[in-house]
Amino acid sequence: MTANLPEPVSGTCAIEALFLSHFRSHKVTRIEPKARLVALYGPNGAGKTNILEAISYLSPGRGLRRAVPEDIRRREDAAPGWKVAARLRVGDTQHELETWAEAGSGRHVHLDGKAVPQNRLGNLLRILWLVPAMDRLWTEAAEGRRRFLDRMTLSFDPAHADDALRYEKAMRERNRLLKDQVTDAHWYRAVEAQMAATGAAILLRREAAIAAVTAAQRDGLDIFPKAALALIGPDADEDFPRTEEALLDALSEGRNRDMSAGRTLVGPHRCDLSAIYAAKSIPARETSTGEQKALLISLVLANVRALAMATGAAPVVLLDEVAAHLDQERQAALYDELDALGAQAWLTGTGRELFDALGARADYLQVTDDAGLSIVSEAGLNNQH
Amino acid sequence: MSDDTRDIEALIDLMARLPGLGPRSARRAVLHLIKKRGPLMVPLVDALRNVAENARPCLNCGNIGTSDLCAICADETRANGEICVVEEVSDLWAMERAGIFKGRYHVLGGTLSALDAIGPEDLHIPKLLDRVATENVREVILALNATIDGQTTAHYIADQLSGDIAVTSLAQGVPIGGELDYLDDGTITAAMRARKSF
Ligand SMILES: Nc1ncnc2c1ncn2[C@@H]1O[C@H](COP(=O)(O)OP(=O)(O)O)[C@@H](O)[C@H]1O
Ligand SMILES: [Mg+2]
Ligand SMILES: [Zn+2]
Repeated sequence: MTANLPEPVSGTCAIEALFLSHFRSHKVTRIEPKARLVALYGPNGAGKTNILEAISYLSPGRGLRRAVPEDIRRREDAAPGWKVAARLRVGDTQHELETWAEAGSGRHVHLDGKAVPQNRLGNLLRILWLVPAMDRLWTEAAEGRRRFLDRMTLSFDPAHADDALRYEKAMRERNRLLKDQVTDAHWYRAVEAQMAATGAAILLRREAAIAAVTAAQRDGLDIFPKAALALIGPDADEDFPRTEEALLDALSEGRNRDMSAGRTLVGPHRCDLSAIYAAKSIPARETSTGEQKALLISLVLANVRALAMATGAAPVVLLDEVAAHLDQERQAALYDELDALGAQAWLTGTGRELFDALGARADYLQVTDDAGLSIVSEAGLNNQH
Repeated sequence: MSDDTRDIEALIDLMARLPGLGPRSARRAVLHLIKKRGPLMVPLVDALRNVAENARPCLNCGNIGTSDLCAICADETRANGEICVVEEVSDLWAMERAGIFKGRYHVLGGTLSALDAIGPEDLHIPKLLDRVATENVREVILALNATIDGQTTAHYIADQLSGDIAVTSLAQGVPIGGELDYLDDGTITAAMRARKSF
């Protein structure tokens, strides 16, 4: 194994205590991991992914299932909503974070007892995840890849979330003008100026994220595949408008076409992430299912490495059902690298044996289902397997 | 509810609809008014009736007053060649409280929003362009929020003010999505002094 691992980073970024209340199959679940690596094991449907989903709500956005807040509240309970609370360690400081939603209201966030906007979370805790739904990322529509790239980008620069929101808002305004067949050119120019300014910033950040992950891939283990990543336009066009001026021109020139379409057909919301599988020089979508999965793991690891380098602290990593797809050598390599990078990683799998290579480095938590209620119990060393 | 408290309950319900008041504070306010009937409630009724009959937007700038032309538009010394464009009357009042601006205003009454079906006419933008031409205006100051809609509106107006008219906007310090009304006088003054070309 050609391990070329950086020194473990000094900074810490971890969840010290996690509390779920009326969250899907969990009525009241409290977890205080003692190790940085946490292995959650138990049968299908026990409530393992639900725990990772709860953690994903400690970052901005709609969580790793992209759920609506109302679907999350535990159905069997009379509680008006759900809540996730956590004690975080970020460097030398501790923070209390609470997030919850009640029927009919959006998600609230309290940091150290004070209400804060959701996007503030991006400055606090960086969280990356890999879930089985992403297995078809390379073969499905561009939207999934864009979201993957934007999460990557957000992990490097939390301001990405604000620009994305502002761009989205300006684009909805323009789309409404197009649908209503408004012809006031001043109005289009005003909206397009907002789209071009935020759009150019979005593209710059995405390019920077791709560059950082590309650089970090070079230090990756050889047994994980690598890929040449690139930001491309619709229809794999590499020559799409990137600068504010180019976006302004493209939007203004595209007005008639967009009016027939009833929506905006140019801009960062139409971009795609292309990946050429390095070992075979073919697009990632043409490789085997196993190779595609391994590539995703490799990219997430590169992202973790790049972040550790850029910020001094590795992010929190959520890996759902990842071990099951790897042979033992790759499992061991994955665990070694997560350990070396100093990342707090939450891993799930159906059987405890999937985590054998972690040995004493991990906390083992067994998740079981008791008639629709998830039970999380600490597995002592004596009840191995 | 018994017949003899119905009127009082109705008053409480109305009060509870005021911004900043809920059912609890509305009950307290009504009890207080009844206790201070002579010194407070009767003058309040008179004042409410008077304002209800006379309050209207200034035909020139959109400020709220009790005559066709507001005090600022009626005051010739404020025709100094500067117009400050704001979203709401509350923004105008905030600027006046700060006391830094000596020109006239134009109140849009909102921002451009295709999604909310608010267009240039709804915001009296044609009227603003007209005023710039007839009131000898040299500078238009865009004191709009940093939201997408606020900035789109600012851009829309600036785009149509060509030639020798300076178009400026408030300097940094106005928080994103923040409303002028929530800023303290010092912040408004600083943002006004350091205004920059749009
Ligand atoms: N809102 C909810 N209320 C109660 N149970 C839920 C809710 N949403 C999902 N579940 C249950 O959670 C279980 C799935 O949990 P999950 O964490 O995905 O399992 P796994 O351990 O396989 O990852 C299912 O049994 C599902 O019925
Ligand atoms: Mg699962
Ligand atoms: Zn007036």
